[in-house]
Amino acid sequence: MAGSVQFNLVSPERRLASFPATEVQIPGAMGDMTAMEGHAPTITTLRPGVLRVAGAEGTKAYVVTGGFAEITATGISVLAEQAVPVEELTSATLDALVADVNAAAAITADKDTADKTASDLAALREAVGL
Amino acid sequence: MPSLKDLKNRIGSVKNTRKITKAMQMVAAAKLRRAQEAAEAARPFAERMTAVMSALAAGVGTGEGAPKLLAGNGRDQVHLLVVMTSERGLCGGFNSSIVKLARLRAAELVAQGKTVKIMTVGKKGREQLKRDWAQAFVGHVDLSDVKRVGYANAQGVARQVMAAFDGDEADVVTIFYNRFQSVIAQIPTMQQIIPAKFEGNAATSLYDYEPSEEAILADLLPRSVATQIFTALLENGASEQGARMSAMDNATRNAGDMINKLTIQYNRSRQASITKELIEIISGAEAL
Repeated sequence: MAGSVQFNLVSPERRLASFPATEVQIPGAMGDMTAMEGHAPTITTLRPGVLRVAGAEGTKAYVVTGGFAEITATGISVLAEQAVPVEELTSATLDALVADVNAAAAITADKDTADKTASDLAALREAVGL
Repeated sequence: MPSLKDLKNRIGSVKNTRKITKAMQMVAAAKLRRAQEAAEAARPFAERMTAVMSALAAGVGTGEGAPKLLAGNGRDQVHLLVVMTSERGLCGGFNSSIVKLARLRAAELVAQGKTVKIMTVGKKGREQLKRDWAQAFVGHVDLSDVKRVGYANAQGVARQVMAAFDGDEADVVTIFYNRFQSVIAQIPTMQQIIPAKFEGNAATSLYDYEPSEEAILADLLPRSVATQIFTALLENGASEQGARMSAMDNATRNAGDMINKLTIQYNRSRQASITKELIEIISGAEAL
């Protein structure tokens, strides 16, 4: 069994989770990545997707939208603009989330990024099965 | 000299006022606790955000090709002041102190020949600024229906601000709010958010960046603006309740003093009228 790292999930409004985890699967902007103990220090931005954390009490999954993750050898902090545990996610909250992300993308991003966001969101919807 | 009945009514009304201010003080105390908790809960995010942004900003620098939100758009002509105040009054000098700072800054900028635009958050500041700066108003964010300020509110403000910046309607954006220090001290603060300023510790970045540093910076800068606004809104919320609490505490104490004074006056004049009546009776009896 691999050693554990301190996992923190923080949203602007509060700290959502903080516990030791063995592995964390992060929806990075360049693709999913799994971080474990001893990972090279990395900062990556997030795309909308599912964050999976394996800890002592099984795997927890969160739906996150933009933000970034900071990975060091001993700790992983995910700073997500919005984060919702998958089991608490209803299709209404998902719709609100999607609308919000789309609104943000429409303002700031060029067409490529907006398209990418849209496909990310479609994939996200499929992944959580709502 | 007011009559006895007048005094009695007066005492009754001051007592009512005292009850109200006392109740407001207690409500403010409860709200203050909640506001402080919210500010506390938001701190980890803001701190990590600032730390990472400083490292990134120091790494990328403000040279050619740096994101506009960081380096500015090369001009310094139009200043957008975002003045954050409360939606309700009765909170002492809370709103006036922010407005005063904003006014000073605006006057200073105008004296330097700059253009000033003002966006207000919260209606109290708008009312106070309306007198001299109504022509500079470019927007207003109404939070009077919002019970608890959420990140979404801050995002809304941030979007308006960034739209103004992107549309070349503003070159420099500054926010004004009260930083919460304690219940009796709130510090009016002026903070420039665009172009972003970070306390530059040019710590050599030990991190791998994915995608590139520049891309991350470009992605995070708008979020950082929203985060700073959110922090300011929360600080402002706590400050407002703190200011209201101490204002209401003062009012309650003042009402108590006033009741004491009026009661003494009431007793004296009652005594005087009794004495007067006695003298009248006695002198009437002696005359017989």
